[in-house]
Amino acid sequence: MTSRRDFLRMGVGSGVALGLALPGVSFAAAATGQARFVVVILRGALDGLAAVPPYGDAGYAAARGPLAIGRPGGAKGALDLDGFFGLHPSLVHLHERWQARELVVVHATASAYRERSHFDGQNVLENGGDRPSGAASGWLNRALGALPAPRGGGLALGQNVPLILRGPAPVASWAPSQLPEVEPELVTRLRDLYSDDTTLAARLDEATRIGALADEDGGADAGAQRQMAKGGNVERLKAIAETAGRMLAAADGPRVAVMDAGGWDTHAGEGGAEGALAARLRGLDEVLAALRGGLAAAWAQSAVLVCTEFGRTVEINGTRGTDHGTGAAALLVGGAVAGGRVLADWPGLAPRQRHEGRDLRPTIDLRAVAKGVLADHLRVPALGLDEVFPGSARTRPVANLIRT
Amino acid sequence: MTGSDQTLAAIATGRFGYGARPGELTAAAADPRGWLLAQLGRRAAAPAELDGLASGAEILGRFLAAREAREAARRAGDAAAAQQLATRVREVLLPHYLAQAAARTRIALGSAASFRERLVQFWSNHFAVSVDKPICLGTAGALENEAIRPRVCGRFVDLLLAVETHPAMVTYLDNQQSVGPNSELGGRANRRRLFGGGAPRARTGLNENLAREILELHTLGVAGGYTQADVTTFAAVLTGWSIGGGKGRLAQGAPGSFQFRAALHEPGAKTVLGRRYAEAGFGQGEAVLRDLAAQPATAQHLAVKLARHFVADEPPPPLVARLAQAYRASDGDLPTVYAALVGWDGAWAPAPRKFKTPVDFVYSSLRALDVAPQEPKALLAGFEVLGQRQYSPGSPAGWPDRAQDWDGADALMKRIEWSVALADRVGNAHSALATLDTALGPLAGEHTRTALTRAASGSQALALMLMSPEFQRR
Repeated sequence: MTSRRDFLRMGVGSGVALGLALPGVSFAAAATGQARFVVVILRGALDGLAAVPPYGDAGYAAARGPLAIGRPGGAKGALDLDGFFGLHPSLVHLHERWQARELVVVHATASAYRERSHFDGQNVLENGGDRPSGAASGWLNRALGALPAPRGGGLALGQNVPLILRGPAPVASWAPSQLPEVEPELVTRLRDLYSDDTTLAARLDEATRIGALADEDGGADAGAQRQMAKGGNVERLKAIAETAGRMLAAADGPRVAVMDAGGWDTHAGEGGAEGALAARLRGLDEVLAALRGGLAAAWAQSAVLVCTEFGRTVEINGTRGTDHGTGAAALLVGGAVAGGRVLADWPGLAPRQRHEGRDLRPTIDLRAVAKGVLADHLRVPALGLDEVFPGSARTRPVANLIRT
Repeated sequence: MTGSDQTLAAIATGRFGYGARPGELTAAAADPRGWLLAQLGRRAAAPAELDGLASGAEILGRFLAAREAREAARRAGDAAAAQQLATRVREVLLPHYLAQAAARTRIALGSAASFRERLVQFWSNHFAVSVDKPICLGTAGALENEAIRPRVCGRFVDLLLAVETHPAMVTYLDNQQSVGPNSELGGRANRRRLFGGGAPRARTGLNENLAREILELHTLGVAGGYTQADVTTFAAVLTGWSIGGGKGRLAQGAPGSFQFRAALHEPGAKTVLGRRYAEAGFGQGEAVLRDLAAQPATAQHLAVKLARHFVADEPPPPLVARLAQAYRASDGDLPTVYAALVGWDGAWAPAPRKFKTPVDFVYSSLRALDVAPQEPKALLAGFEVLGQRQYSPGSPAGWPDRAQDWDGADALMKRIEWSVALADRVGNAHSALATLDTALGPLAGEHTRTALTRAASGSQALALMLMSPEFQRR
């Protein structure tokens, strides 16, 4: 039987023979650099004071009351980082990466956004600017565009492409399917049907390319995909992450990917060392471990940035949860990361130290972290960085995030 | 009948409605605008598909009882029983979810008034609750059927009040336990906390979620001119907007139904958006909602969303201005606003500017073919496969409404796979060319007709028809 990739070659061949210009990603020409970069967006505003508890801050236990994560060493206590910060006890794989010096924890960080709407906050996080209605493209797409030619392509893990990866540089999306694979002959006919429709033609082309990659390098044949698509939420995300890792690891695979996960909006019944958020963090920890498993040897060339639109209130609210806040935590993990340190200019948790008296005050611009990764890991030229994050020229990239 | 009437009929059914069923183009062609306006009667009988559905309050009451049993098992240290009961909580709700989602789908597939039906689901998405929050699994459809559907052709303020006092919205946005710090119960709890000693306790107090999303999503819009202080004060106004049932001092009210709890309400006059509201218990929140519905920012926000949904991702400013004006001039009378939309010539341009969402695509496909699986899970499978499971937008902002949110490469491949599966099932019984004429009439181009004529089989022709550029848009 003809594989998807063989078919793709035939498809491209016949297209060229007909003199058609085929838009889309050329993964075959993508292997300029070996660096892989994955961004994980946690939608809904992760509570950074639960994920990375500053147990050494004198105000922490009082502000968090029954939700406070205990000090390291106690039952269900934090996993210690540096004697002041810890990781939530659910994050056991990430703590192993810390011990392997592959994790940088960023705390009291934020995008340029200072209001408290999830949806505007996510827009700013993704468009890389300083206002929600800024650029219509995402910073990760612009970073792809700024890479030295020939460029790698971008991969969105999901059916559709989130704003962070939208834009002129070619990207594809992929998610497992429960349905049988489409016959190549029908794809050829659809390609003809879309000959006057540039959008649908481009999407069809991207889909066939990424489908071939998922099948052959990702190990996601139709049967495996059906299993994946059926699993529970965390199992499904783990399978997708592992497949994505293998696709990224392939010699001609994409070099940049985005994954997102929702459900972090913990207004009520958030829980502490155990409970709703603890279960979700355990899922995240396992998904990241699955991604690492899929990347295998390519983990050494990888960096994964885990971020969220904003943080949550320092104090818990009246319903044992937390409301929308400002300063957040972010994680940078990977074999290429110069880890084993917490990047924080800690503002303190006392009421007068907070942003507007209620939120963790942000002291590190998340764009500085992203710029540091783009510059030192993906080797985006300095000039390109200011196009990736417009108006951020005064926000210098954080140095030494990546091993040299 | 002229070709141009047929074109307008195809636009009326496809862009404003959920796509033409067999014979519908002919029915609409006599007077396409009139065909739409005739669907906007202020009173309409509830569709028969809703018969036999349990009420949201009843379902929520059962959920709360099942959850309480689980918690009791947990407190008693019986982990196995708690686990079993946790499964039962879902088992209590899932049949209600399936029944509601199947009813919604069957109404959309069979309706001869699919413009009205699209409006029902538009407002349901505007006031989104998502079943991925467990407490909403059994009530999301109830919100639509009880609060939204009966008011879709009334005044916006009545729709708003019905939604914000529905138990589904109160629980989705966590307001049921939001407590005024100086309320009867809140003051007592906080005094205990301050003077009781021992381990630190949670401070009893506000939850901002409902107040914020009413301002940001339901009324003014994110740029509507409110501040964090307005959010906090409005949250205090809404303390006491809760659900019935509970223990001890919270025992009053029917379990699962909306209940104003005076003992949780923060006392005193409050100022929201510069206007002072005297203490009036429940009436204080109602007064704020009435004023929010009358704000020009609300008119603007709703006008943008309607124009985006029906006409173009980037709504034409003249249309937005027209809709906002109709809203303001009529005190938010929704049929007046809909008539302004239908009456705008630019909404009838033949070139489609909207890419169908997965729900649009599945509805219009099954309507054109006049097929619907009997079994609910089979009926609902397509929405899940294509990434738009019924009642699960995942956030209070609802499903996005722009092409860029739905036109990913993988999303297109999933649509192709689904079309092939559907065509394989029904293809031999349906001529693709006839289905093309049923759905699109003169909007179908020659290129597509030729491709269907040349297809290798009837079912392949049908898959091509469903995936044609004309049928993917509206």
